[in-house]
Amino acid sequence: MTEPVLFVRNLRVEFTSRRGTLVAVDDVSFDLAPGELLGVVGESGAGKTMTGAAVLGLVEPPGRIAGGEVLLSGRRIDNLPPAELRRIRGREIGAIFQDPLTSLDPLQRIGDQLVETIRTHMPLSAAHAKQRALDLLREVGIPGAAERFGNYPHQFSGGMRQRVVIALALAAEPRVIIADEPTTALDVSVQAQIIALLRRLARDHGTAIVLVTHDIGVIAEIADRMVVMRAGRIVETGVTRDVIHAPTHPYTQALMAAIPVMGRRDVAVKPQAETLLEFRGVQKSFDLSPPLLERLFAGASRRIVRAVDRVSFHIGRGETYGLVGESGCGKSTVARLVAGLYRPERGEVRYAGRRLQMIFQDPYASLDPRWCAGDIIAEPIRFHGLLSGEAAISRRVDELLGQVGLSPADAAKYPHEFSGGQRQRISIARALAGEPDLLVCDEPTSALDVSVQAQVIELMRELQQRLGLTYLFISHNLAVVSNIADRVGVMYLGRLVEEGPVERVFTAPRHPYTRMLLAAVPDLAMLGIERPPPAGEIADPLAVPPGCAFHPRCPLAFDRCRAETPALRADAAGAVACHAADMDL
Amino acid sequence: MIAFVLRRLLQSVLVLGVVALVAFGLFQFIGDPVNNMLGQDASVAERARLRASLGLDDPVVLQFLRFIGHAVQGEFGMSLRNARPVSVLIAERLPATVELAFSAAFVALALGIPLGIFTALRRRSPVAQGVLALSLLGVSLPTFVTGILLVMVFGVYWDLLPTFGRGDVVDLGFWQTGFLTLSGLQSLVLPAFTLGLFQLALIMRLVRAEMLDVLRADFIRFARARGLPERKINYGHALRNALVPVVTITGLQLGTLIAFAVITETVFQWPGLGLLFIQAVQFADVPVMAAYLLLVALMFVGLNLAVDLLYYAIDPRLRVGGFRGRA
Repeated sequence: MTEPVLFVRNLRVEFTSRRGTLVAVDDVSFDLAPGELLGVVGESGAGKTMTGAAVLGLVEPPGRIAGGEVLLSGRRIDNLPPAELRRIRGREIGAIFQDPLTSLDPLQRIGDQLVETIRTHMPLSAAHAKQRALDLLREVGIPGAAERFGNYPHQFSGGMRQRVVIALALAAEPRVIIADEPTTALDVSVQAQIIALLRRLARDHGTAIVLVTHDIGVIAEIADRMVVMRAGRIVETGVTRDVIHAPTHPYTQALMAAIPVMGRRDVAVKPQAETLLEFRGVQKSFDLSPPLLERLFAGASRRIVRAVDRVSFHIGRGETYGLVGESGCGKSTVARLVAGLYRPERGEVRYAGRRLQMIFQDPYASLDPRWCAGDIIAEPIRFHGLLSGEAAISRRVDELLGQVGLSPADAAKYPHEFSGGQRQRISIARALAGEPDLLVCDEPTSALDVSVQAQVIELMRELQQRLGLTYLFISHNLAVVSNIADRVGVMYLGRLVEEGPVERVFTAPRHPYTRMLLAAVPDLAMLGIERPPPAGEIADPLAVPPGCAFHPRCPLAFDRCRAETPALRADAAGAVACHAADMDL
Repeated sequence: MIAFVLRRLLQSVLVLGVVALVAFGLFQFIGDPVNNMLGQDASVAERARLRASLGLDDPVVLQFLRFIGHAVQGEFGMSLRNARPVSVLIAERLPATVELAFSAAFVALALGIPLGIFTALRRRSPVAQGVLALSLLGVSLPTFVTGILLVMVFGVYWDLLPTFGRGDVVDLGFWQTGFLTLSGLQSLVLPAFTLGLFQLALIMRLVRAEMLDVLRADFIRFARARGLPERKINYGHALRNALVPVVTITGLQLGTLIAFAVITETVFQWPGLGLLFIQAVQFADVPVMAAYLLLVALMFVGLNLAVDLLYYAIDPRLRVGGFRGRA
């Protein structure tokens, strides 16, 4: 076996505060061979990010490394003076962080940031450093590197920015890269591209990568070995395939069981019911044009985003309709149209129920921090005048708390006293309080840990059976949708491109975009099939390609796709809007 | 870019129009100038003649348009107090105030920005804590108290610096400057500090707060992770980002320095616009007051425009339309 390049032994990180000492990382040991990809997985608060920060020497006060050692190529680095540690960072250990939108200095050209980093670590002239910067940009797959060199970060898309971040991390050819959630903020198709890039770097450069993430799917795709962390400790470690297929620790077993897997369903197909919600050719645009004077004098053109473009679908009573697509595809606009927060400018939204309620993505932002849980839940009851008398309302709140798995004693608590999952339960209780026929759920589990996500999904399913609820379930996570939805719609750049029963759409997709989305889902079964990552990125919604909006990324595109927008054609197995699929039929 | 400037200019003109209306209103509501000019004993015929010659019998709208027409040409009529053209009075006094304001701004920026950086980077040092505590004093002490204290200490007890007037000035023909003589510079010290102290404390606290904010940002953490030297991180990345909002506030504060030099000028008997204005108020010298009002508004509007343009220069996100972020 080759000599490990990174060696972590009994690492312990402590945070000392007035209230005592919190151990964030406890007795963590692992090693890393050159070119190896080690996945570190765990839920929030597991200490995985802190482990990465400790290796980089970036634990910020009041945190400190309280024990153990970090060796880089046999040299101890955790006790080096700051100035020497700084020379190691970037030159020998690189880092990639989660959010590419905030990782770059917004006021400096990306070329300057690269050159600055290169020259910090390498004795190169400005011209040579620029040459190296251009090579790096090409290496990480930025088209037109020479022209993009002078651009500012905001001129790049999220995926391209993450490539720039990776180029910066590679600037001085470090032997180790710590990648902290490098794909979490990205769409699935872009995530697949970044994963492929990291894999190639490890192979071609012999760079060892520590990949810290909460997403076991990503680890399954890319890591050679993995470490499972919980509450600061390593609970299991081993070759990725073994850990995923045959976890030995109970926690790992529970974690694996909680991960939504495509097509794992135990819900009976529901009989056709009366239509509760119907969209008929609904269209909604947003005018982002610059002010009139700008248009008159500077010749700026009108900028109109058609967020939802002639979308038609219907949801039957008691059904769960899943809506999937990448960011900017218009799914949240659909949610707001359903809720009546926007008015359609064309087409109509028909709702046959009495009331509907919404559940939002961020359980931290969607509850008023100054209201106690009981008042939050009681608000819809009071607003709609569903019950009269404080005693009756309070009884109803207690009942609702019980339905979502909380206790009546929780009514007096404030949102900050609850965990993320509990807050989402309060959101659900609040929604139920309005006695809705339809619940519009916009990414209701995206901000939650996997195990909590599984519980919330289970709760939603149970409530549906008990109360006969109808769900519009919006998510970018195909696996979650495949577990809960009966029928699913796929949106791309404002248009519904495919629709049908979940089993059919996810097992026999007809639209190339659906196929691309499904191919980009990390392969937990680890079949080991090398899949090329999807091409390109979602287009700027302001400049939607003519014809079929998907044609620039589509492997099947032909002349007609560039000129003519395909209509959504329906048959017994669902509907699809694609010229190529039409020819197959 | 051009459209942006045009839009700003249009807004500026609108603002100035409204201020002009208020200034014009002064003439309508503050006493009768004819009484002031002719005294109580003048006959009715004399009053009527003066009224007609001043155009006071015309409709209000016409008077207002005439007022604006004159104002655009820098013509504000005669001062009621000393019967000289207001434009001449203002031209005489303007250099003193401008020099004072710029000196105060210089003091505030030259000390405020470095102190702000220092207190942000050495957050826990006792010196920084002390500076911070003192700055609280700077924001809360009224200008006239600061001025009188400075006069007492440096003028009366130690007799180091002059406490009133501008000292010797050099006449450049269009501008009387105190910058070129020793006594002129000495005379500037106390008033400049008095006027600039509040801004100094404000800028310092603002720079500190912005720096601390930026230093917590992801891109600073990422800069550390790629091993950039602290100096480059602090000054190349953090400071530049921190200065973006500081520019706005500072630009507008410079306007208040000129507009609110009144108190400082009174304390130090500084022969500037503020003193002129105070004397005008005491005498109900409406033309001077109106002109002062318009001048201050013009200055604010101009500074605002300058700040906006500076913003353009500093922040590339405004300059080049690029890929819009996620919806």
